[in-house]
Amino acid sequence: MSIYTYNGAAIIAMAGKDCVAIGSDLRFGVQLQTMTTDYKKVFQIHDRLFVGLGGLATDAQTLFERLVFRHNMYKLREERDMKASTFGNLLSSMLYEKRFGPYFASPVVAGLEPDGKPFLCGMDSIGALETAADFIVTGTNSESLFGMCESMWRPDLEADELFETLAQCLLSGIDRDALAGWGAVVYVIDKNKGVIARTLKGRMD
Amino acid sequence: MGSNGGGFDFDLCKRNALLERKGMAPPKAWKTGTTIAGVVYKDGVVLGADTRSTSGSTVADKNCEKIHYIAPNIYCCGAGTAADTMNVTAMISSSLDLHRYATGRQSRVVTAMTMLKYQGHVSAALVLGGVDLNGPHLFTIFPHGSTDALPYATMGSGSLNAMAVFEAGFKEDMTKEEAMALVAAAIRSGVYNDLGSGSNVDLCIISKEGVEYLRNHEFLMAKTYTRKFPVTYAKGTAPVIKEKLIPLSAVDVTEGAEEAMDTS
Amino acid sequence: MQADMKALHKMFMSRNVTYQHSHGRPMSCPATAQLLSNTLYHRRFFPFYTFNICAGLDEEGRGAVYTYDAIGSYERTGYSCQGSGKDLMQPVLDNQLKAASPLVLPPRNSVTELPLEQAVDLVKDAFVSAGERDIYTGDNVEILIITKDGIKREELELKRD
Repeated sequence: MSIYTYNGAAIIAMAGKDCVAIGSDLRFGVQLQTMTTDYKKVFQIHDRLFVGLGGLATDAQTLFERLVFRHNMYKLREERDMKASTFGNLLSSMLYEKRFGPYFASPVVAGLEPDGKPFLCGMDSIGALETAADFIVTGTNSESLFGMCESMWRPDLEADELFETLAQCLLSGIDRDALAGWGAVVYVIDKNKGVIARTLKGRMD
Repeated sequence: MGSNGGGFDFDLCKRNALLERKGMAPPKAWKTGTTIAGVVYKDGVVLGADTRSTSGSTVADKNCEKIHYIAPNIYCCGAGTAADTMNVTAMISSSLDLHRYATGRQSRVVTAMTMLKYQGHVSAALVLGGVDLNGPHLFTIFPHGSTDALPYATMGSGSLNAMAVFEAGFKEDMTKEEAMALVAAAIRSGVYNDLGSGSNVDLCIISKEGVEYLRNHEFLMAKTYTRKFPVTYAKGTAPVIKEKLIPLSAVDVTEGAEEAMDTS
Repeated sequence: MQADMKALHKMFMSRNVTYQHSHGRPMSCPATAQLLSNTLYHRRFFPFYTFNICAGLDEEGRGAVYTYDAIGSYERTGYSCQGSGKDLMQPVLDNQLKAASPLVLPPRNSVTELPLEQAVDLVKDAFVSAGERDIYTGDNVEILIITKDGIKREELELKRD
């Protein structure tokens, strides 16, 4: 077994027209045993920035705590929120710092840049940064998420369409993953409205 | 926690080794399957790379950048573990930057080459090219630290495909156009014949006159089919249990009536 | 594995001819499916390295898809996919078709049964999408459309990298 599949996860982030969405499943398990079904793997950093952390849950939590700490320090120093792209680079160097003893987490960053343009990036556990204009996925069965997104994503989706597309990709993707599922949560960051958080009903098996 | 001091942090090594002993396989890092290549031509160097990065047998990034900036006159193509090629080139680039500030001279390609030898700890296979006061230079650096100075070089999983093209078509003192066409053909042969390489062709031409970085110089193929009946999900398709709006917490500025400045 | 695929295919061609000589008609789709299962299980401890789907029209003229594991466990389904790109395709097919319950009467292939044109459109899109992300999928895809009037063969180019 790989340490990556110890807890199980499925995360997708998608870009739309002046909006981004990021969602995760809600299962938290230990190998094949489901422990809780309300464990969100997506965390809010500030108004227009979310980070999704897949992989080993203990590392994901530790990493998130450190990210909040670094972001707070940045805010004290700079009196402003961190840009999404800056945050992506910060996270990448934090992971590469542990090149020879990595956190077993694979992050996805989704946010809006100050000009309102979507920013998406993903990383492996040692911080190889990949920015994308369409979508980023991570999780225990990333192939099925990739397959869905590759078929369903279109450019310039409006916030509502983006939500529906991401929701379908996530729900159909996790139905073929035994280690993820049990409902999902999706956040849509809209340039004007703010963040809309929606909890989705999924198969409970 | 060596957060701001720089350098590597080995905190988790013991824990990770323990997990590995218990049979937990460590995660696979993203690789750049990669075809990278370079040739020396009459007045400079042409570097080329494909743009696919893979994680196992799936493509992680369809259009990644593999030709990295080192100095204004030096660029470097990287193959191997994606994170390593990115960071190793970034670190050397910043050291050379400082070196230039200290000496006030242009960086030399050999200096970069010496610094990039990492003796196997970092799995990066590199093709380093640049032009300095001694003319154009091209080096390959293997992950274990051995280096070669060559007139034409290839690296990565598609290196054999690319080298076959070079062996057939390389001439000394080529023009810029000839060299560009040759490198592009070499990368193309990697893209088409090596599964680890794919997508587009990036080129970078370095000469005394300056650098031309041609990102996606050749865009080889788009999706071959678009749906006649595209899928659209009507609003309300997904079963939503709970919906919450988190409004933007930006400070509201309430403007009062204008007041004259107190000048008394 | 290409060699196993060829061997298995060749064996099936010859079994079909033998069958026609002794029964005076071609093998039905369910019979072929059962034969494939038996053939695979026959090599339980030295399996054919093949990933199989058997598709055709059953005795009632309905479309039938049979999907297998390497050693002959099989199931009739409405749709299926196999091979290195199956993880990418399966959820797309699930999403668009949804498996029908086997308890429903009369039996159905999927919850949403598509007209031919849309079904071919879906299949093409599934392959193109898989070709984008799976390094082993690419170059060309061969599509066979089996109707009561016969078999039509289509070819679609995929990305060549």
